[in-house]
Amino acid sequence: MNATNPTNEPRGRSDRRGLDGADGDDLGERLRRVDTTDVAALVDTALRRADVEGLVDVGWVVEDTPVGPLTLAATPAGVVRIGFGGDERVLEELASEVSPRVVRLPGRLDEVRRELEEYFAGRRRTFDVPVDRRLSRGYRRTVLEALSREVPYGHTVSYQELAERTGNPKASRAVGSAMATNPIPIVVPCHRVLRTGGALGGYGGGLDTKVWLLRHEGALLG
Amino acid sequence: MTLPPFQSLLDAHAPDLHRFLVAAVGRHDGDDLFQETVISALRSYPGLRHADNLRGWLFTIAHRKVIDQARRRVRQPVPAADPPVVPQLDADPLMDAELWDAVRRLPPKQRSAVVQRYLLDRPYAEIAAVIGSSEDAARQSVRAGLQRLRQEVTR
Repeated sequence: MNATNPTNEPRGRSDRRGLDGADGDDLGERLRRVDTTDVAALVDTALRRADVEGLVDVGWVVEDTPVGPLTLAATPAGVVRIGFGGDERVLEELASEVSPRVVRLPGRLDEVRRELEEYFAGRRRTFDVPVDRRLSRGYRRTVLEALSREVPYGHTVSYQELAERTGNPKASRAVGSAMATNPIPIVVPCHRVLRTGGALGGYGGGLDTKVWLLRHEGALLG
Repeated sequence: MTLPPFQSLLDAHAPDLHRFLVAAVGRHDGDDLFQETVISALRSYPGLRHADNLRGWLFTIAHRKVIDQARRRVRQPVPAADPPVVPQLDADPLMDAELWDAVRRLPPKQRSAVVQRYLLDRPYAEIAAVIGSSEDAARQSVRAGLQRLRQEVTR
C-alpha cells in the first residue's frame, strides 16, 4: 500500500502538465472537480439490502445510555456482544471471532435498544431479546446461563454460590473468570455477582458502572 | 489471517468509491452501482485470503460493475420510439456536465483509468491493479482517454 496517496494531495504537477499537453489546457483540473456527496444514506440502504440477502453476519450500533456509550452487536440469532465505552476494538474482536462481515446495522438492534431503554427507565426487569451465546464456551457458558436463569433483577449472588448452583462448588475462581469474560453484560447480569460477604469484586465496565446498576435495581443501598 | 471489520473498509473508502462510480456512469447509475459494489464486496469478503490491498480490491469490484454496465448498454439499445437519452443533469453533482458526458462516452477501461487518475489521484500501479493491466497499459489508457476527451470537449 506504500504506493498509495492517502492524503489525496495533488501529486506531481509536472507529471500532470505533461499529460495535459503543452498548450496549457486544464482538462486535468476540470476532471478533479466533483462535488462530494454524503454517502452515509446510500451505505445504510446497501447494508439493509445486504442483510435481506443474509450477508450481514454481525450488525452493530453504538447507543448512549446512563452508563455511557454501549456497542451493541447481534448476529441473525441474537445479541452476541455488548461492549462498554463504544470501543472500536469490540468490532475487531467480532471480526476475528465471529465473521469479518461486521457492519453498522441499527435496525438489527432495535429490540435490544428498546429493552435497554426500558430497563434504564425502570420499566423492565427481565430481558426477552434473543441472545447468541457463541462467544462463551464450556463451563463459562454453563455459568452464564445459570446466572441468566437464576439470579433475578434486584438480587445478588456470590461467586461461590453461583459455583455451587452449577454443581461445581470448588469452581468459584472459574466463575469469576466467566463473569470477567461475559460477552453480553447487563442483559446477562454479571453485575449481580459479588464476593462472599458482599464486597463488590470486579466489573468489565468499571466498578462505578457495577455500583450504578446495583443501585438502579435496588440491590445496593446508599 | 484476520480481516478487519467490513465497516472499516466502508469508513475509509466509501466516499471515494462513490465519487469514482458517479464520475464513471453518472449520478443515478452511480448510486445503483455503488450499492451493488458494497453488496458484492460484502458477499465475497470472508473468502479473501489476505488484507494487503483492500482499497484496490474494492475498486476492482467497482470497475467490473462499470464494465458490466457498459456491456448491458451495448446489448440493450434504446428502442427507436423512445426519446433520446438525456443525462439527468439536475441530479448530477458533477459540475462540468459537458466534460463528464464525454468521460462517460469513453470505453470503460479508459474511463475507469482517467477517473482514478484525475478525480481520485491514484498512482498508476494502483490503477493498473484495478483495471487488470500492466502499469504501462494503465498509463496508455489514461493518455488515450485524455486525448479523446480533448477532441470532444470545448475549452
